[in-house]
Amino acid sequence: MANFLLGRLLQSLVLLLIVSVIGFAVLHLAPGGPLAQFALIPGLSKEDLARMAHEMGLDRPLPVQYWEWLTRLLGGDWGHSYRDNRPVLDVITGRLPATLELMGAAILISVLLGVWIGVMGAIRRYSVFDMLATIGAMVALSIPTFWFGLIVIYIFSVHLGWLPPGNRTTVGGGGSFLDYLHHLIAPAVVLALVEVAVWSRYMRASMLDVINQDFVRTARAKGLPERTVLWHHALRNALLPMIALAGVEIPTLLGGALVAETVFTWPGMGRLLLDSLGYRDYPVVMGILMFSAVLALLGNLLADIFAAVADPRVRMA
Amino acid sequence: MSAAALAQPAVAAKTGNRAWRRFCRHRLALFGVAAIALLVLASIVGPSLIPFDSLKIDIRHRFAPPPSNGHLFGTDPLGRDLLVRLLTAGRISLSIGFAAMIVSTAFGTLIGVAAGYYGGAIRVTLMRFVDAMLCFPQIFLLLVLAAFIQPNAVTLTLIIAASSWMEVARVVEGQVRSLRERDFILAAEMLGASGRYVMFRELLPNAIGPIIVAATLTVARAILLEAYVSFLGYGIQPPMASWGNMLNNAQQYLGSAPWLAIFPGLMITLAVSSFNFVGDGLRDALDARFDLQ
Repeated sequence: MANFLLGRLLQSLVLLLIVSVIGFAVLHLAPGGPLAQFALIPGLSKEDLARMAHEMGLDRPLPVQYWEWLTRLLGGDWGHSYRDNRPVLDVITGRLPATLELMGAAILISVLLGVWIGVMGAIRRYSVFDMLATIGAMVALSIPTFWFGLIVIYIFSVHLGWLPPGNRTTVGGGGSFLDYLHHLIAPAVVLALVEVAVWSRYMRASMLDVINQDFVRTARAKGLPERTVLWHHALRNALLPMIALAGVEIPTLLGGALVAETVFTWPGMGRLLLDSLGYRDYPVVMGILMFSAVLALLGNLLADIFAAVADPRVRMA
Repeated sequence: MSAAALAQPAVAAKTGNRAWRRFCRHRLALFGVAAIALLVLASIVGPSLIPFDSLKIDIRHRFAPPPSNGHLFGTDPLGRDLLVRLLTAGRISLSIGFAAMIVSTAFGTLIGVAAGYYGGAIRVTLMRFVDAMLCFPQIFLLLVLAAFIQPNAVTLTLIIAASSWMEVARVVEGQVRSLRERDFILAAEMLGASGRYVMFRELLPNAIGPIIVAATLTVARAILLEAYVSFLGYGIQPPMASWGNMLNNAQQYLGSAPWLAIFPGLMITLAVSSFNFVGDGLRDALDARFDLQ
């Protein structure tokens, strides 16, 4: 087990290094650069720009810049925002809770709903419910998240007035738990749509795999009620491969969060990325890219560990 | 005994159901093909049949709700006809979808074939690169690229392709790696076929099924990605219309002019789900394994 863990950890670190190289290269090789926004300010001469580039270290060769960035990062220094000179780590961790809250709520919805739809689809395979779930999942995967968000706002905020059209709390008097929850519903549901579709599909396939195995037949042969066989014996085993899915889906969820945050003016990491891109705030953009990669790798790693703990067969492979 | 009694009707029902499922699946795929054909046709000839120009500003008739004096789908904040804009936007969005599919499928296939055929260090390097690219949320990658490169239809196509070739590479690599161990490859190599011949004449044709499926699904994804980027303001720039950028300003008029938000989204959903239906149908048709389920 220790070897397995160590191996996976090492793999993740190597991957993280490659990720950082790709991110750094993409950012710094792209035309424009962080000085582009200053270039149009009247009264700023070429020499001024050159001096600024020198101060920011932008005039040195790219590998040198990367090495400097990496060594600082390993020392815990993520750099400072070009926009307001705040430490990048502070900027990002200030926004992280909102995004994690949104993602957590969406995961909860999609796991509960997705597992239920998937299991029902598998039990009543090819029934009307199963057909509708299949078609529904494919349509759900085809709906642009932001558009679904707009429609939800149109129906539930503009028309019915049940849900707030955006923000994390009511401006002014808000802040209670119920107020948070009230604001969380719409963006979480919008973000969960795609995931519900994905989970229900995988759950259905996994359940179908399990249902035909010998131990399920044994359970039935023992005379256990069908409900116990399905929701106890079969579901437990069908959920095992789903642990890995939870890890794999994290980048998708993060990407969706960016869009949902934009539509619902949610003060999370996705909106921070958009704002920072507009300002060419390289250190923050780079920090967000690294954070999202760490989240993705951590998700995969945790999923692997849980899977290995829950299912001894995984460790053999 | 009771188990046998239960099993009997279940089997009969299953056979009938399978036929019904095939029928249904086929129906969806056929619906997808028809919808795509209709969308393509409407985008090509539609704008010339409608007596409005997609860029013609008509301030007196702005925010005309659908349907009103000739504007079947209403007008936008500048009084431009929404239907003709939807169709010209379709030209852009569909072209980008197809073009990005071709570029990313070609690149992904190349990487996948090379990784699967050569194996060893080349495989590890290439596939680790693929893994690393998949660590980023696709939309992050796309935005970072789009924010720094002057966006137009061509660069946007390349950017979308650059962030969506990895799935194809994975699929192809898996296929090629398993095909590579088969006897017919050994035979070809013993006959003295070169590496390039084996890769593109022996391996690739045998992996074409999954590639076609992945390519179809990539069109769907590319149309969706174009919409996302354009919606966020980093894609196709106004006044040129794309389905994504038509939704760009729709949010502020949600209360007063909801049709501005509803129609472009419906077009995207219709186009994307059609390609997904076709991809699903193709997977059933081309991949025998899915028949067993």
